[in-house]
Amino acid sequence: MKALCWEGVNKLAVEQVPDPELRNDQDMIVRLLAGTTCGSDLHLIGGYIPAMRAGDVIGHEFVAEVVETGRGVRRHKPGDRVVVCSFVGCGRCWYCANDLWSLCDNTNTNPGFGQALFGYETGGIFGYSHAMGGLRGSHAEYVRVPFADHGAFPVPEGVDDVSALFVSDSVPTGWMGADLGGVKPGDVVAVWGCGAVGQMAARAAALKGAERVISIDRVPERLAMTERYIGSEVIDYTTTDVAAELRERTGGRGPDVCIEAVGQEAHSDGVMHLYDKAKQQLRLQTDRPTAVRQAVHACRKGGTVFVLGVFAGLVDKFPLGAIVNKGLTLRGAQMHGQRYIPMLLEKVASGEVSTAHLATHTVALDEAEKAYDLFKHKKDGCVRAVIRP
Amino acid sequence: MKKIVWALPALAAGVAAVRRARGPAAGGAGDDRPGNRWLTVTVNRPPEEVRPGGELPPPLHRHADRIDVEVRPAPGDRGAELAVRLKEPPSALATSLPGRLGGQDPRQELRVALREAKSLLETGEVMQPDAPPTTRGTPGGKVVGLLGRRAGGEGVL
Repeated sequence: MKALCWEGVNKLAVEQVPDPELRNDQDMIVRLLAGTTCGSDLHLIGGYIPAMRAGDVIGHEFVAEVVETGRGVRRHKPGDRVVVCSFVGCGRCWYCANDLWSLCDNTNTNPGFGQALFGYETGGIFGYSHAMGGLRGSHAEYVRVPFADHGAFPVPEGVDDVSALFVSDSVPTGWMGADLGGVKPGDVVAVWGCGAVGQMAARAAALKGAERVISIDRVPERLAMTERYIGSEVIDYTTTDVAAELRERTGGRGPDVCIEAVGQEAHSDGVMHLYDKAKQQLRLQTDRPTAVRQAVHACRKGGTVFVLGVFAGLVDKFPLGAIVNKGLTLRGAQMHGQRYIPMLLEKVASGEVSTAHLATHTVALDEAEKAYDLFKHKKDGCVRAVIRP
Repeated sequence: MKKIVWALPALAAGVAAVRRARGPAAGGAGDDRPGNRWLTVTVNRPPEEVRPGGELPPPLHRHADRIDVEVRPAPGDRGAELAVRLKEPPSALATSLPGRLGGQDPRQELRVALREAKSLLETGEVMQPDAPPTTRGTPGGKVVGLLGRRAGGEGVL
C-alpha cells in the first residue's frame, strides 16, 4: 500500500509499504478516508522528536472506514465510519480507567525510551516515533488500530469526513486545555497560537463560559480565521506588545487561564527567540519555550497556565520563580482524547463546534509531501492540509 | 540539528545507563542491592486476581524458579502491586551498558515478562508492535532499532 514515510530530517516520501495486519485480537484494520497534517508532525519531520527511523509512516489524525476486525473487537464492524483517537489506550489500566488516556500503561511497546527521558513513558501514538510506541502512522491507505473498542468512535450521521477528522486530535486537544485548565464562567482566557488546536482551545473556553477569549498569533490569515469562526479577540504579536495589551484588556490583572498551543518550535519577535534558536541549534536545549514563558509572565496571580504544545525534552530560562511567587498552577498533557471524543462528535453534529473551516487545502495521498510543504511554510494561508487516499 | 534525532535516544540510553550504574537509590548509603532491586508494576486488578491460588501470571511462569515474587494491595484502590526480584543478583558484566545492549542482563527479560503479565491481567492481551517496524535499514535507524528492541526490557521499573 501507499504511505507517507519519514526518510530523514526534513525528508518525506510516499512509499510502498506492507499492508498492516491484525496483530492482536483487539485490533482492527481501517481504510483511510481522510487524514491531516498536524503541527506536532513538524517537530518530528524537523528532527526534534527522538527515535525516528527512515521508512517510518507518519500521521496520527484521521477518520477511516473499518475493513476488518479482530476476534476481540465488539463495538465495530466492517463498513463503520470511525474517528480514531491519535493516542492508543487500552481502556483498563489505572490511567485509562481514570480518563488519563495518553498515559496508558499498556500501549507503548518501547517503554524504556520514555522512562529514560521522562521518568515514565507515555501511551502509544500513531506515527510519532519509536519513543512513543513505534506504531505506524495514519498517512497510509490502511491503518492497524490496536484496542479498537477503546480508541475508535462512530461518526454520527450527517457529519462529513472532514468535519469529523479534526475530532481525532486537534479538537480534543484544544478542549482539554480549557477543561483541565479549569476555565469557568467569567474567566478571561488567553490562547497562544491560532492553529487548529489553538482555535479549538479558544472555542472550548468560550463554550465553558469564559467572558473574554483572546488569541495570539502572527499569521494574518490565522488571526482572521480565529476572529471569524471562533469569535475570539485576537492579538498580532508582531505589531503589539502582548503583555501590555493583555494587562490593558484585563483591568491590569492578566488572564485567569493562559493556554499555550504552540510547542517546541515557537517563534517570537524578541531577542529571546534568537537566544532560544541558537541554544536549540547547539543542542543546549531541545525545545524553544518562548510562548510558555510569555504565558507564565502574562498570567494573573494565582492563575493557571496549561501547556498544550508538544515539548520533547529540556528548556532553558524557564521562569520557575514566576510560577512560585505568583502562585500559578502549571499543567500540561498529551491529549486524553477518548475522554472527550464522543461528546465532541455530538457538538460537531449539533454545530456547536465547527471544524470544516480548518481544512484550507486538500492533497492526494500520492503527493502527501506537498501537504507538509504547504503546512510547514504556511503557504497560501494553509492552516491544515487534508490528505485523501 | 539532524543529530538531535540520534542525540536524544543516545541521551536517554545514557541517562538510563548512569541510573543503572549508580543503582536505583543513587547516593543512598543503605542500598545493599544496587542493580537488583525489586522490579514492580501496579496492576489495576484486585490482588486475588493477580496470583490466584498462588499461580504466577503466564509470562512469569518460566522465571518461577529464579525469582522472588510479592503481591500486595496498592494504596488508594489502585489494584495490586506485583513485585519480582532475581534470587541471584546478576553479574556486574551483565548489568553493564555493553551487557545490556547485548541483551545479557536477565532483568531485561524479567521486566518484559512483568510488563506482559500486567497487560495480560488488565487487558487480556499484550499489544504487539507493528511488523515490520519500518521498511528501511539505515545505519541510524539500526541504532534506534537496537535501542527499541532493548527498550522493552529497560526503564526505571
